[in-house]
Amino acid sequence: MMLRKVSAAAAAALVLSLTATACGGDDKDSDSGSGSGSGDKIKIGIKYDQPGLGLKEPDGSFSGFDVDVATYVAKELGYKPDQIEWVETKSADRENALARGDVKLIAATYSINDERKQKVDFAGPYLLAHQDLLVKADSDITKATDLNNKKLCSVTGSTSAQNIKNDLAPKAQLKELGGYSECIAALQSGSVDALTTDDSILAGFAAQDKYKGKFKLAGLKLSNENYGVGVKKGDTATIDKVNTALEKMVSDKSWQKAVDDNFGPANYKNEPAPKIGTIVK
Amino acid sequence: MSSVLYDTPGPRAKRRNVIFSVIFTVLLVLILWWVWRTLDDKGQLEWSLWEPFTEAQAWTTYLLPGLGDTLKASALAMVIALPLGALFGISRLSDHRWVRATASTVVEFFRAIPVLLLMLFANEFYVRYSDISSEQRPLYAVVTGLVLYNASVLAEIVRAGILSLPRGQSEAAMAVGLRKGQMMTNVLLPQAVTAMLPAIVSQLVVIVKDTALGGVMLGFTELLNSRGTLAANYANVIPSFIVVAFIYIVLNFILTTFASWLEARLRRSKKGTGAVLGGDDVDDINAGEVGGTATIGTGGKK
Amino acid sequence: MFDFLEGYNVLGAFWMTVKLTALSAVGSLVWGTLLAAMRVSPVPLMRGFGTAYVNIVRNIPLTVIIIFTSLGLADIFGMTMGAPDDFDVQGFRLAVLGLVAYTAAFVCEAIRSGINTVPLGQAEAARAIGLSFSQILRLVILPQAFRTVIGPLANVLIALTKNTTVAAAIGVAEAALLMKEMIENEAQTLAIGAVFALGFVVLTMPTGLFLGWLSKRLAVKR
Repeated sequence: MMLRKVSAAAAAALVLSLTATACGGDDKDSDSGSGSGSGDKIKIGIKYDQPGLGLKEPDGSFSGFDVDVATYVAKELGYKPDQIEWVETKSADRENALARGDVKLIAATYSINDERKQKVDFAGPYLLAHQDLLVKADSDITKATDLNNKKLCSVTGSTSAQNIKNDLAPKAQLKELGGYSECIAALQSGSVDALTTDDSILAGFAAQDKYKGKFKLAGLKLSNENYGVGVKKGDTATIDKVNTALEKMVSDKSWQKAVDDNFGPANYKNEPAPKIGTIVK
Repeated sequence: MSSVLYDTPGPRAKRRNVIFSVIFTVLLVLILWWVWRTLDDKGQLEWSLWEPFTEAQAWTTYLLPGLGDTLKASALAMVIALPLGALFGISRLSDHRWVRATASTVVEFFRAIPVLLLMLFANEFYVRYSDISSEQRPLYAVVTGLVLYNASVLAEIVRAGILSLPRGQSEAAMAVGLRKGQMMTNVLLPQAVTAMLPAIVSQLVVIVKDTALGGVMLGFTELLNSRGTLAANYANVIPSFIVVAFIYIVLNFILTTFASWLEARLRRSKKGTGAVLGGDDVDDINAGEVGGTATIGTGGKK
Repeated sequence: MFDFLEGYNVLGAFWMTVKLTALSAVGSLVWGTLLAAMRVSPVPLMRGFGTAYVNIVRNIPLTVIIIFTSLGLADIFGMTMGAPDDFDVQGFRLAVLGLVAYTAAFVCEAIRSGINTVPLGQAEAARAIGLSFSQILRLVILPQAFRTVIGPLANVLIALTKNTTVAAAIGVAEAALLMKEMIENEAQTLAIGAVFALGFVVLTMPTGLFLGWLSKRLAVKR
């Protein structure tokens, strides 16, 4: 009897854990839905962890400039906001997700470059950003060469810090952390002197309530990052439609409104709306 | 209280123990005070950083879905690894040399490789040769890595479970004329499974801990990974880290306690053979978090 | 045939794994023995601390501990490990610290169970001739316990060797991190996987065989 009771307890525990799991599973499924062909939904890849560009809010909604652009484009393609399924596309996964058709579009701080263009196509660009440095408000770092013998933070797998080290400040010390919020925490505590990536991303983080007034952008235009909407290679029909949508977004002032909404609080001096198809090298 | 090492303390020993206690307390308090002060200095104790965890949304939007994925990957890995492990464990006890040799090689191979390597390999393999969507792929890769590794650990647990049964069991089974297969399915396995239950629950702790590796290295959206999204919102890297560590401790503590309860229960039970494989045995087979070549394995070969 | 290895320092990465393993092994043996001494000491507070440490650390993923050494110890507590300006060295030392903190809990448990196998009569005899607690531990119990724990400790060492891969989570350039880079950039997925798997088999097998043999040889006959 004893043994049976023990087995029953174990079985009960297993069932419990599986039910708990099933709940988790349901969540996931309703997030991702069925992969292909459903005409009434559109899957768009964004970032979940970049304030001002693509952020998963506590209430489960999404905010940011990328999100607003994607929502507008989706509307022009005939999808209402509630027909959009947001999917988190991490940087390393973006080409793969488009090529496989996991998502229709990607608007996730996706810079157009030649290497990526071999694998995917881009509509846009819809924003021109630059690689920049985020430093403490009282920092004396004003140019990239000041970073010699200083500590520079970037996220794992990003090339922006490596570029600075290779080209501008060979004596800079690089620290790679798992995410930008970790880098900002390190910057705040003083264990690194600067954080580098696109100014649009940096501005979003610096504008968070807890960090307001503590950091500043160095204002260096170390590179040109032309954010485009990623589309599956060869899907020219979609590219044309997205480009038309982006042009309309600029002309009907929605673009400016999205900029003001998302970058305004961050005090980010963005470049004017880029011309579709013109990539600033 | 007396133990192997010391007598019931007399007056001098008592005085000495008090002195040690005081010194130790002072040291501990100093360390804790330094930790608290530093956290305070760095502004990590500000209530605004901790407040999100008192609100439902931080849990329902970030942490609970993450925890759900952790449990899902763990449960899937265990459910798939168990039958595989049983198969290999029994094969290692086979009378046929080549079956034994094959099973041993496979088991020893996968136990010698870090689970992270298995996950990374599975991930890249799925990227190139499978049709798994990029959202689901990290889950598949994590589960695959966990299954490959844990099946080989469970194989050892199953083998040890069967070997832990008194010899009389198989002798009696043979005496009444059961065949080898019948002996295994009717006599040995049912008892071994009961004996193994605590070990299996303990193994679940190892699996839960290993899922965190997938969160960091493969972008699997489990608990540790969802912390990142949370911290991007609330700008509370350190507090969120401490909360997540606490969740792991609670979850694994529940599993460990359950395993010990099962083990004690089985040891006390008059029925059955009294053979039990407990948490300590799992430690030996696993040797810590990510397995090891157990003494049974290497010793046997020597 | 092995041209995919060109341009990658595979041996260097495995050397890093070996260094991580060796240093962490020494550190966790020391710290783990201290913890075990606390867990069996006559001072209740020390016993409580030892028990709490082991139960907490064993229930946290190593990944969490390793990342915390970087985000917590280094960034918040300013523990730069004597290398405030060299993140490579700092990351390596932090990883060793994290591995020691984690592995020591398992070393402690192995030693404690070893102590428990020493027959009561041994300690009683030692007490009868007037040895103190630390003398009993040092001269009678531990020498015997260490022999019985060689097997379990060997397993901890093998586990540690594999656990060093978690240091990749804070960017220490050891084998797993290099494999991740190679497998993403080169076409020969299977061959790369095989090379790294073989590397770990080579690292762990001799340890297992040698220490298995040693533990049999040194086993206390009772």
